[in-house]
Amino acid sequence: MSELRLDTVSVGTLKEVSLQVGSGAVVCISGASGSGKSRLLRAVADLEPHDGRIYLDDIEQVSLPAHEWRKRVVMIPADSQWWFDEVGAHFAEEARHTMPEALGFPPGVMDWPVSRLSSGERQRLALWRALAMAPEALLLDEPTANLDEDMTAAVEVWLLDEIRRRNLAVLWVAHDQGQIRRVANHHYRISGSQLEWVNGSY
Amino acid sequence: MEVIDLAWWKLGLAAVLVLALAGVSLWARLGITRSLLIASVRTGIQLALIGLVLEALFASARLYWIALLATVMLLVAGREVMARQQRRLRGIWAFGIGTGAMFVSSFAVTVLALTVIIGPSPWYAPQYAIPLLGMMLGNTMTGVALSLDRLNESVWHQRAVIENRLMLGQTWRQAVEDIRKDAMRGGMMPSINAMAAAGIVSLPGMMTGQILAGSPPAVAVKYQILVMLIITVGTGFGALMAVSWGSRRLFDERERLRLDRLVKVGK
Repeated sequence: MSELRLDTVSVGTLKEVSLQVGSGAVVCISGASGSGKSRLLRAVADLEPHDGRIYLDDIEQVSLPAHEWRKRVVMIPADSQWWFDEVGAHFAEEARHTMPEALGFPPGVMDWPVSRLSSGERQRLALWRALAMAPEALLLDEPTANLDEDMTAAVEVWLLDEIRRRNLAVLWVAHDQGQIRRVANHHYRISGSQLEWVNGSY
Repeated sequence: MEVIDLAWWKLGLAAVLVLALAGVSLWARLGITRSLLIASVRTGIQLALIGLVLEALFASARLYWIALLATVMLLVAGREVMARQQRRLRGIWAFGIGTGAMFVSSFAVTVLALTVIIGPSPWYAPQYAIPLLGMMLGNTMTGVALSLDRLNESVWHQRAVIENRLMLGQTWRQAVEDIRKDAMRGGMMPSINAMAAAGIVSLPGMMTGQILAGSPPAVAVKYQILVMLIITVGTGFGALMAVSWGSRRLFDERERLRLDRLVKVGK
């Protein structure tokens, strides 16, 4: 049960962004490419120097060692990276056996070489790799960009289900209006140096 | 056995051979004539000068003169380490980390070898101290330069992997662990290979020189073994320190990868 809160965060061209993401809620951010969506996520993950304060409940980002913060607030980049030869080496022992069926992988996937994975498969596995760490907040950078329509729908349903069940606070960068309507509790658009509230419902 | 001194004009005979090689390479358009001649002249002048310096040093044998020469050698080696990195840390760091690592490792190991193992009196007797330090620095320099170059280059190319590992809550040390191991290996391989090949593939220069100068081979061999062992130790610790300080500097206090601290030098 954690709430993610940004208080006058400035990074790159974005100035003094403030917003709240409740636990179990999804806040979507959209904007033209180069507008600073990914940089904002990187600032929340503390991968980029930034101004302002960021809180997870009442824990301030700078009060935790950076890696401890990133274990709680996990970012999934648009282009996930795999550094061992085999898929399974990137997962903790338990996570290897509890892969959700919704992701559409056959049982042997943990023994596959990474080189065999398509970009869509990497993206889906990256979601599971992050969720398996039991984070409190997720930062998703276009998580369905490389998936076809059916798989996108399946992943959305599964993700929303996990988000509600685990009460995760989620910042979700998306460009597809349909997806934003389906998943977002609130939607902000980047316009110039500001976040502009588009719509939302609770 | 008395050493045969070489008359300067006899060195001229060797120089004539170099001129012959230069003539042939000019004729065959190998394009190295100029650098061959310049390098030969440099060798002559630099070694003649260091000969004068050493003669003077041996005559006085004061600790501060020896310390001064050692400092100059260290700074030149530090500059060379910096120059051999294609991507280097900005500011004083590239020079500082390389020089610091070489200073700690080669000076410590050299002083240890002089005081505990060889034991000349005084312990800084230039006849032992200067050649030993020279060999240590020369090899440590290569090791430190190789490992720092490998470290910076790998971090640059694998930045996406490193950042993804950070995103998954790894510490900066875990995120560059593989790269650090690789850089250490790269720095130590030359001295390990040299030890493996010694005596079979190559007769090391120091031993050869000592034998030429009239030492019994059994003594020369012992010195050579000592030198190769301490060179490896010095190179290893030098590379270890350089990689550990260098990789620390690539991350800030919030464990962010800071590639803006690297600068590419045109080659």
